[in-house]
Amino acid sequence: MAEATAAAKSKTVSTLELFGVFLQIGATSFGGGVVAYLRNALVKNKHWLDDTEFLELNSLSNTLPGLNATNMAILAGDRLRGTLGAVLAMIGMCLPALILMTAAGIAYGMNGNRPIVTAALHGVAAAATGLIAATWFQIGKKTVKGFWDAFFILAAVLGINHFKLSVPVVLLSVGALAIFAYRPVKKTDRPHEDSHAWIRFLQ
Amino acid sequence: MDQIPAIARVFAYLSLLTIGGGMAAFPEMKVLVINVHRWLTEPQLIHIYSVGQMSPGPNMMMVATIGERVAGIPGALVAAFAFFVPTGILTFVVGRVWNRLAAWPWRASIQRGLGPVAIGLAVAGLITFGKGAVTGWITLLVGLAVFYASVRTRVNPALLILGGAVVGVVALR
Repeated sequence: MAEATAAAKSKTVSTLELFGVFLQIGATSFGGGVVAYLRNALVKNKHWLDDTEFLELNSLSNTLPGLNATNMAILAGDRLRGTLGAVLAMIGMCLPALILMTAAGIAYGMNGNRPIVTAALHGVAAAATGLIAATWFQIGKKTVKGFWDAFFILAAVLGINHFKLSVPVVLLSVGALAIFAYRPVKKTDRPHEDSHAWIRFLQ
Repeated sequence: MDQIPAIARVFAYLSLLTIGGGMAAFPEMKVLVINVHRWLTEPQLIHIYSVGQMSPGPNMMMVATIGERVAGIPGALVAAFAFFVPTGILTFVVGRVWNRLAAWPWRASIQRGLGPVAIGLAVAGLITFGKGAVTGWITLLVGLAVFYASVRTRVNPALLILGGAVVGVVALR
């Protein structure tokens, strides 16, 4: 199974099964870390993708705008069953959250002003801050390899929080500079770097 | 209902900024949702964003919650569609082209260069978010405790967030 070609594998994946797998992940991946759920299902349990393919899709998914969860659904769905696969995987991934978060809006409208709800949500927000900080701290630990990495992180933070530049301005300017700093070189006069370390960490 | 076109515009635009994850777009989301369109107050946005972290699937489905608050269920559907479908199509198209660019030397440069930029944007978003979420020593302690627990243990993050809710009910009323 693992050594089968992509073309041979695509015949073994039914669209219904594909939709079911993504719907299940979309409904059960509480607490984030959707990529780990995806790897479990697609690589370990179903053997629809091997680790190299998964990593390749995940690295692209991180480079593009859009969330990891949905980008991975689209890229993996397309790889497994073409356009229809991409659409079904995306719908499966999003549908449970769409229903839940719409319901959350209705519930918030009815109860959002009650002191007990406000207090609970205040605590939730503090916990979410710590959680998101931990996620990025761990990604940062694996990514920051030298002066330039630290420099571009600092440039983006200062641009937004200190100089009050808008996100697109920082993204285009610092992003362009960073891509230029890591521009292709003909001769390797730079030590070879592990360009996928931060992405691999997300698994 | 007259807000529907604005919802579509705002969330389609924000989705283009989510390099590396939803937090990158938070500073821009704050400006548009709170200051420009006055759809929510800052505490409301922070509450809704935080609840979104507990949701299964894409954690930015909280855009549907904002849409629902502004224009009911149609607002939720439009916000989700605007946020997920245009970038989804972009991913689909680039995904097909990308493999053919395997030999293109700039491909690796783009992936390598955007790594630290994505971290910087997320940290910037988190600072903006934290200023509204951490408002005193109790919230600071909750944030630090959750940070420590997620770095050091394998507790499910959803449980840590629920723990925050319990502390909030007990200590923040």
